Amino acid sequence: MGKDEARDAVGDYRYGFHDPENAVIRFDKGISEQVVKDISALKNEPEWMTEIRIKAYRHYVKRPMPDWGNMGLLNSIDFDAVTYFLKSSSGTAKDWDDVPEDIKNTFDRLGIPDAEQKWLGGVTAQYESEAVYHSIREDLENQGVLFYDMDSGLREHEDIVREYFCSVIPYSDNKFSALNTAVWSGGSFIYVPKGVHVELPVQAYFRINSENMGQFERTLIIADEDSSIQYVEGCTAPTFSTDSLHSAVVELIAMKGATIRYTTIQNWSTNVYNLVTKRGVAYENATIEWIDGNIGSKLTMKYPSVILKGEGAHAEVISVAYSGEGQHQDAGSKVIHLAANTTSNVLSKSISKNGGRSSYRGLVKVSPKAHNCKINVVCDALLLDEDSRSDTYPTMEIANSSCRVEHEASVSKVSGDQLFYLMSRGHSEAEAMGMIINGFFEPFTRELPMEYAVELNRLLEIEMEGAIG
Amino acid sequence: MTVELLKIIDLEVSVDGVKILKGLSLRIKTGEVHAIMGRNGSGKSTLAFALMGHPAYEITKGSVTYRGKPLDELNVFERARAGMFLSFQYPQAIPGVQVGKFLRKSVQAVRGSAAGSAREFRTELDLAMVSLGVDRSFLSRYVNDGFSGGEKKRLEILQMLLLHPQLAILDETDSGLDIDALRIVAGGINEVAKTAGCLVITHYQRLLDYVKPDFVHIMLDGRLVKSGGAELALEVEEHGYEWIEVEVA
Repeated sequence: MGKDEARDAVGDYRYGFHDPENAVIRFDKGISEQVVKDISALKNEPEWMTEIRIKAYRHYVKRPMPDWGNMGLLNSIDFDAVTYFLKSSSGTAKDWDDVPEDIKNTFDRLGIPDAEQKWLGGVTAQYESEAVYHSIREDLENQGVLFYDMDSGLREHEDIVREYFCSVIPYSDNKFSALNTAVWSGGSFIYVPKGVHVELPVQAYFRINSENMGQFERTLIIADEDSSIQYVEGCTAPTFSTDSLHSAVVELIAMKGATIRYTTIQNWSTNVYNLVTKRGVAYENATIEWIDGNIGSKLTMKYPSVILKGEGAHAEVISVAYSGEGQHQDAGSKVIHLAANTTSNVLSKSISKNGGRSSYRGLVKVSPKAHNCKINVVCDALLLDEDSRSDTYPTMEIANSSCRVEHEASVSKVSGDQLFYLMSRGHSEAEAMGMIINGFFEPFTRELPMEYAVELNRLLEIEMEGAIG
Repeated sequence: MTVELLKIIDLEVSVDGVKILKGLSLRIKTGEVHAIMGRNGSGKSTLAFALMGHPAYEITKGSVTYRGKPLDELNVFERARAGMFLSFQYPQAIPGVQVGKFLRKSVQAVRGSAAGSAREFRTELDLAMVSLGVDRSFLSRYVNDGFSGGEKKRLEILQMLLLHPQLAILDETDSGLDIDALRIVAGGINEVAKTAGCLVITHYQRLLDYVKPDFVHIMLDGRLVKSGGAELALEVEEHGYEWIEVEVA
């Protein structure tokens, strides 16, 4: 690909650049049982982990592709062309100066060290398959908060990992959770002790650099009784003409009275398949919040879920999806009410333009024992032109008649009169469009740390500049 | 010297292929307040939208020049930046966009480098809000979203005050206002009229009790059929439009 061609492909996507690849270890493309064993051996893992990986791999091979969603795109993934493991640094540095220079420069451009200094409690920066940088503020460490990249977490706290790994999402949950369990590398491991409130968010940043890369991060967050934590993840990748694959598994456990807020700003380049399984279990009076933003990728299939297992537990899922040309965001949420007096709030907003496609896929399930639940689901779709598409696939399985369920869905278009009104106040058509869509996403944006909100609004405004002929 | 702000000559405007304005001429100078009165459907709002450049309003004949320049050379937002302002009869709701931020952005867009610092903007905003009796809580609400009719009109006038227009077009700004709100809104118009030309579109005389027009024009079926001073508005108030219809028939 020539330079100009590359720039054409990158378009307005600011993060489409890539570094020269300087792999320390790079596996041959493709996956086999040997590849799975090699990854485990390379990481010096305990036997039980190797065994889970192998079982998961065998399940992955047997398991058919999902027969729903965007099957055309799913079936066009060339799994043999993917690199399943690539290590680009000899270790995980605690100081940015010890990170290889190209990689450090990349994270500088992404603003991570800067954000870390200003407003984060800890950072993991993953580049390809492993974390290249990791740090946690001393005061958090002193309070007993464990925050590691997942590989280190397994080494340092094997007992905790062993107890919870695959406990929320078994490898056999779906084809991609099986794939992730087989070849996982990197991700975050967090344990917050009883009663500890982590005030500053901790952040993980996932960066793919190489062409045809497969990134399989694995995250496990455990908030012990009456504790709280906010975790933020961001992700970007270079723009290539061939596809990359990102398939993560994220498990959250919120013990009695604990709160976990998990915020994602997914901004992969549009050659990345993003097939992710995210699920949390909330015990008595615990809260799990998924704040989930999907802006990039070619195809995203992701349905952050909460299992409300303890009485009085609460789930909050606020998500936005933006689909431009050639993109399909198939997103949504699942909430399973297993206990009485549990509540859930789901707000999903999507914008489609230039032939982009957004799908909302949601499940609300109430078990017979879950008395007096309250459920509120709102889905709003905004279509910016005639070529774009929005679908809603809501499923409700309610087995207890005492619950109160509200469900609202709307599809709207930007009206010419709204544009005219804003333009009559001196705003160009692109600016007016930017204001309308930023406003549409506002219920999501206001939940973000301010720095992210500003960045997201700016990102959407750039997208709109390309939207107006 | 007063500058000729707006010169409309023999203007014809169609919407969806239906001719609404049928040869309308009007000249407005800086400092003048013109009132256009007429029944519903006579074409008053069409004139307002056509002047501001709504794409659905097609100029099929005639010319409009604004400060000596043909208006059709300017896009909607360029008209706003050149000093034109339209107060809408039915302002649009923009959910998720806070009034405070919207006002600041609009002032920056329209007034450009003359917009002043954030602090200067605050001061000006506070003064304007006090003069219009608008509560501070207004600023964190979403633009026109869930606003009452009166609140929408106050927000229109608040925008007008902050944008410093040279030509203000007010489309049925008095509709839906109680007498106190009407007085406050009229105060805002009078303030702007000190430095701008104003075109006040209404079908009641009552706003004109508080905003003194220099000229009153009667619109009938897409044309201005009779012009006069402020007394013409009183005659219409007293006798209705029939006598004018008879006069021009």
